[in-house]
Amino acid sequence: MILDTMLDRNPYTDAHTEKNSLLLERLNELTDHYYNDCSEYRRFIDVLHNGRTKYDSLDDIPFLPVKIFKQMELKCVPDEDIFKTMTSSGTTGQQVSKIFLDRQTAGMQQKVLTRIVSEYTGNSRMPMIILDCPSVLKNRNMFSARGAGILGFSLFGSKKIYAFTDDMELNIDEIRQFLEKYSGQTIFLFGFTYMIWQYFYKKLKDIGEYLPLENGVMIHGGGWKKLINEAVSKEEFKSGLNEVCGIKSVHDYYGMVEQTGCIYMECECGHLHASVFSDVIIRDMKDFSVCENGKRGAVQVLSSLPWSYPGHSILTEDMGCVLGEDDCPCGRKGKYIEIYGRMKNAEVRGCSDTFEKK
Amino acid sequence: MTNLEKYNQAFIETLEVAKEQLEGLEYQQIANWDSVGHMTLIAAIEDAFDIMMDTDDIIDLSSYEKGKEILSANYDIEF
Repeated sequence: MILDTMLDRNPYTDAHTEKNSLLLERLNELTDHYYNDCSEYRRFIDVLHNGRTKYDSLDDIPFLPVKIFKQMELKCVPDEDIFKTMTSSGTTGQQVSKIFLDRQTAGMQQKVLTRIVSEYTGNSRMPMIILDCPSVLKNRNMFSARGAGILGFSLFGSKKIYAFTDDMELNIDEIRQFLEKYSGQTIFLFGFTYMIWQYFYKKLKDIGEYLPLENGVMIHGGGWKKLINEAVSKEEFKSGLNEVCGIKSVHDYYGMVEQTGCIYMECECGHLHASVFSDVIIRDMKDFSVCENGKRGAVQVLSSLPWSYPGHSILTEDMGCVLGEDDCPCGRKGKYIEIYGRMKNAEVRGCSDTFEKK
Repeated sequence: MTNLEKYNQAFIETLEVAKEQLEGLEYQQIANWDSVGHMTLIAAIEDAFDIMMDTDDIIDLSSYEKGKEILSANYDIEF
């Protein structure tokens, strides 16, 4: 199977031609499967694309607007194969996306996530500090994208602690003990951008304490929206954290519940990278034509993973731009992008937004 | 304790199941063996045998039997 071939590859060594041919083959396979096994998708293809399920170029593959996953329950496998339903965070009053997963899709999401992340953290699992509170996983039937993110990344942790109490107080003594116990080892930190800034950085800064995390690798995601009000830039985020805990390796990522697993990790040069498993196309909002590199537009994401729901090609409500392809100074092949946040008039949304400041 | 007893105990304690339920037990078959329960189970297995499992093995451990297979094939644990 084409996906197995892809899994055996390094996520960032295939340049344009090779990558596109692999991805195209897989996406055509998925389009065909959705068409045969999802009546709503079949109607969409029949009405808007003359029933066509094979395409010659990634640009031509039909995309669904991300909103559709809020409005419809789309599945491409029998109900009894669905074992997990993921929902987007969605603050009060908003409809949430519903993504239906079978075992195969969920397993692939985890495997691809590990392939991508280990390119930045190394292969071994590490002592992990979860920059969140334990209650985020308490309601097991209905945890949000935030909980799912934490669980997904927990795989990289060997021993784990939570940095915050359920009242969002920093467990500074516990963290110190943890760091002492595992001194000399690489420590993995994961959390959501806003919460790290609000409850980790600011707290340490306020109380004037320093945590020795010079050996740490931090991955954070969930978006910058809430930090824009505080006017925190990417650079300030990194330098602030470096100041309070000496950490040098800090990586943002871009991803969404509709395409879990295929995340876009920030490299050492500050660029978000598409892996061999996924891609980004930027579209002009006036006519949906493909924007040339460097031009801003709406972000369309492609993923080779979704089997149980028709989510291999989605037009998001985010604005972004392709900065370049195959030539990032970090050495990783594939497109590298920048994300500017949500489009005007699109609803406010983002994983870490589910925690409202009291 | 034998390896089998240690292995069983990890399941019984973290997933709150009876010994009789173990055979044929699969991931997501019972409420306690969900993705949260899975990570707790893995931690218990790792502690019991003093090992650190690879990420792919953690993902592939999808049933009581499969776990035994993985432990004997990749971690030299005999049952």
